[in-house]
Amino acid sequence: MTQLEIKREAVRKPFGRRRKSCPFSGPNAQPIDYKDTKLLSRYTSERGKIVPSRISAVSAKKQRELAVAIKRSRFLALMPYVTS
Amino acid sequence: MRLYESVFIARQDISSSQVETMADEFAGIITNAGGKIHKREYWGLRSLAYRIKKNRKGHYIMFNLETDGETLKEYERIMRLNEDVLRFLNIRIEEVDENPSIIMQNKGERSDRGDRGDRGDRGDRGDRGDRGDRGDRGSRPPRQEAKPEEAKPQEAASEEAKSEE
Repeated sequence: MTQLEIKREAVRKPFGRRRKSCPFSGPNAQPIDYKDTKLLSRYTSERGKIVPSRISAVSAKKQRELAVAIKRSRFLALMPYVTS
Repeated sequence: MRLYESVFIARQDISSSQVETMADEFAGIITNAGGKIHKREYWGLRSLAYRIKKNRKGHYIMFNLETDGETLKEYERIMRLNEDVLRFLNIRIEEVDENPSIIMQNKGERSDRGDRGDRGDRGDRGDRGDRGDRGDRGSRPPRQEAKPEEAKPQEAASEEAKSEE
């Protein structure tokens, strides 16, 4: 999940990795839906916490949307609040 | 008139036909007030991610409806009074998606593998009964002075020598 795309700049500079673009932005982005637990669970940790956007590379706008979707999903018991 | 998406969870012990009549009842509130039900989905008996009022499973029903705020308020009030409703969520949506929701699509895929069905209640294991009286432990053996493990071999030897004397 934390795999980053290595673009041409990265070949020149071994440690200068290009930031992966937001998976929910762009022309063929999938919509964020609270019912889609399979998608949402990709953005939660094993414990059920929401993954920070600096790790998942989701844009700030989409991260807000994502957080709301995950919280709705939790409320309807589609996703857990905590997994111990 | 606005578009809303409504999901409610009904208790697990009621039958799916009862859930349908409950859903009809709720839909009636909307339609009687001049609203419209655009879509209705029964997601089936799903297991909950955590327990709600001691329930591990629940019947999920989703509506996409068009109504005004007053009616929605009444609809929510009636849901709150109904004890068979564990939880509900009503949210505004911009448009009705004509395709079945993702949950229904996933359900279709799973049905290819065959439904494993309900495993049924495991039933009560019953009382294990009284363990009974353990009986008298009998008289205690005479107490030994200085446990053999603790005593050093040399001392033990000297003691033996004394006893021989």
